[in-house]
Amino acid sequence: MTGLFSEVFLSALLFGAVTAAIPLLLAGLGEQMSEKAGVLNIGIEGMMLAGAYLGFVGAFYSGSLWLGFFTGAAGGIAVALVMALLCVRIGLNQIVIGIALTLGLEGLTALLHHFQFSRSYPRLPAVDVTVIPLLSDIPVIGPALFRQHLIVYLAIALVFAMGHIYRRTQLGLNLQAAGDKPAALDVAGIDVMRTRTIAVLTTGALAGLGGAFLANVGAGLFIPFITNGAGFLGIVLAMLARGRPVWVLFGALLFGVCLSLTTAMQVAGINIPTDIIQMLPFLAVMIMLVLFGRRASLPAALGIPYERGAR
Amino acid sequence: MSIASSLSVDKRDIVALEGVTKRFPGVVANDGVDLAIRPGEVHVLLGENGAGKSTLIGMLSGLQQPDEGRILVDGEPTAITSPRHALALGIGTVFQHMMLVPTLTVAENLLLGGPWWQRPKTEELEARVAEITRTLGITVRLHAKVSELSLGEQQQVEILRAMVRNTRLLILDESTSMLTPKGIEELGALMRRLVGQGLAIVFITHKLKEAAAFGDRISVLKLGRKVGEIPPERFRALGEQAIISEIVELMFGKRKDDPEAAERPVRVIHAEAAPLLQVHDLAVAPTDEAPCLSSISFDIRPGEIFGIAGIDGNGQKQLAEALAGQRATMGGSVRLEGAPIEALSVGERRERGLRYLTDDRLGEGTVGTFPVSINFFLKQVGAAPFWRKGVEQRAEIDKRAAQIVREYDVRTPSLKTPVARLSGGNIQKVLLARELAEGAKVVIFNKPTYGLDLANTLASRQRIRDTAARGLAVLLISTDLEELLSMCDRIAVISNGSLVGTVENADDARTKVGRLMIGLAA
Repeated sequence: MTGLFSEVFLSALLFGAVTAAIPLLLAGLGEQMSEKAGVLNIGIEGMMLAGAYLGFVGAFYSGSLWLGFFTGAAGGIAVALVMALLCVRIGLNQIVIGIALTLGLEGLTALLHHFQFSRSYPRLPAVDVTVIPLLSDIPVIGPALFRQHLIVYLAIALVFAMGHIYRRTQLGLNLQAAGDKPAALDVAGIDVMRTRTIAVLTTGALAGLGGAFLANVGAGLFIPFITNGAGFLGIVLAMLARGRPVWVLFGALLFGVCLSLTTAMQVAGINIPTDIIQMLPFLAVMIMLVLFGRRASLPAALGIPYERGAR
Repeated sequence: MSIASSLSVDKRDIVALEGVTKRFPGVVANDGVDLAIRPGEVHVLLGENGAGKSTLIGMLSGLQQPDEGRILVDGEPTAITSPRHALALGIGTVFQHMMLVPTLTVAENLLLGGPWWQRPKTEELEARVAEITRTLGITVRLHAKVSELSLGEQQQVEILRAMVRNTRLLILDESTSMLTPKGIEELGALMRRLVGQGLAIVFITHKLKEAAAFGDRISVLKLGRKVGEIPPERFRALGEQAIISEIVELMFGKRKDDPEAAERPVRVIHAEAAPLLQVHDLAVAPTDEAPCLSSISFDIRPGEIFGIAGIDGNGQKQLAEALAGQRATMGGSVRLEGAPIEALSVGERRERGLRYLTDDRLGEGTVGTFPVSINFFLKQVGAAPFWRKGVEQRAEIDKRAAQIVREYDVRTPSLKTPVARLSGGNIQKVLLARELAEGAKVVIFNKPTYGLDLANTLASRQRIRDTAARGLAVLLISTDLEELLSMCDRIAVISNGSLVGTVENADDARTKVGRLMIGLAA
């Protein structure tokens, strides 16, 4: 049992937790923005898959991880465009369209993978890490937190950027009004459709980026269904975070630890059936929902398409 | 151009409406309305519910576009295409339903609408608000959440928002409906200060006393048409009582060329006949949208049409539902042919002959996706001869339905057509046929002609008269005074959940009922 609490093990566990948390964080932040603006974005799982696939394709053929992140975000935006058109412009049911997009993208990316990569199973090389001087020398947490790819730091900086947008900018006000009382925003002279479209497209970009991170940094390859519910976990995070980006970060890290523990315990050879270990993250979701779910406060107009003049 | 030449365009008008018409499916909401709005004036738009006030406001604030006619802003014909455009033109609206985001602070609500890439200019706003509130003599808590404010405070915030945006024309839509008497007084004083600063105000209300107290100019709307205007000169010349009686005449007066006019046949009602329906001291608990009903008492004799008049939302629907058994009562008795029925269920009351025609024809009265034929027998589902041992007898239903369709002249493509596809008038015929079917003794009609076109209105009214002529007792609830005057034997007025008076439908009934409706003694 000494292996379980060794410095190396804990450090690897934390490192894995951060790697697993970043896609959840990006998905959660993205979903939070859509929900703030009044759009329940169930299609986020599909957006992540599109991002994972296109992100991998971009990185694999160009050899540049950054180009991969870019194509991944573009993939997420492409799916979000469909969502914005159908659910915001035309006002179709957000849940139905969201599920349809997720299922559609699951099938499409699996099919494309089958034709392109199912014989070769290509992998990307391990990613370069940015080492932060001094901090990275701290025992245990140093190697785990401060020897990460640059995009990890950027994702965490995004948490605070989002907090700033929501609390201190005109866009933040508009987003909240679009979700809580769209008619008030409309008579204030701001286009509700446009505000919600901006939110959904941003969600697409963040979810796509999260997907690309999952494939390129987390796994180094693309396989069908690689997101494995990460988008749905993002929805849970957004609901529990009550509009605060920093709570999405905490939640993502907690789920990240659970996911990482799953791998770490298997590696450490602890004698528990793997099926039970793999249940951990989802058990954590249920416990969190039981503890905090009732206090989740959602925008008043969440899920309701806006129609001018309808009361 | 013929419109423009026939009207004098006054250079002083900030906004003028010329022959503005707006139609919605089945309803003409505004019909050739002319209106002149000037700075330094409170222009009162007075009218009952459904008179077309809100539609007019929708067009001025850019939410809706007129179908005909035009809107002039500063003398220039202008299409107000969006709320943003209206704001840019200096037209600010305080809507009947609060338009503030409850989760944001007052300051944040006032800042809504700025360019999205900018930081909210809080300091600038604070200075501006301080200046405006000082001249208006109001105080506003800028950093309180809107959900913590009273309705009166929220309304002041909305007015302040309009002022922050350099509004020249302020529209107040039913702004007093949610205020306390003190709040109403304060709003009146605030309006005077605002017009004193050269603002134009359009003040919409259905309360006559407010119109007389706060207005400079009054336009009266009735069923989408403007039926009269009292200009400021006349307003000042007349005393309050004279103004009120003039408005009563405009609002409830009889038009000479009324196509709906019908002579009320003199019916002989045997005063000694035992009442079919006796309601005594009926009380119903209040709900979110309706006041409580208290001590409602009346009798209806066979062959009599008893009318309930009043402004919409004063408890009419609650009364009808309480009688039909759809709403719990808190006390009082209801007797049908002398036998108490207040403990009976909806179905049992129907069985005994009490029938209720709802005003919510599609929501409550019919199942829109079911065929016309089934809708005739909705209240007999499972009963012979149309159902036997739980099995629908299609042939029996269709045979009887075809008979009813002929009898009631229901215009439907087929018996299988979903009832929601029919026009409002034909849906009403389906309801009439169902409720007047065998065994009816007392029939409650709630707004039976609401939203119907003229032909169907006349047909429905005739059907109601025939019902009474067959010796049934009829309770007719309507917000259309003309309708009640042309049909009823007696008219009671409901106000805030109580019957405030009952009037025999004689020559002076129009004035008496009209005065009761607006809160004056008959």
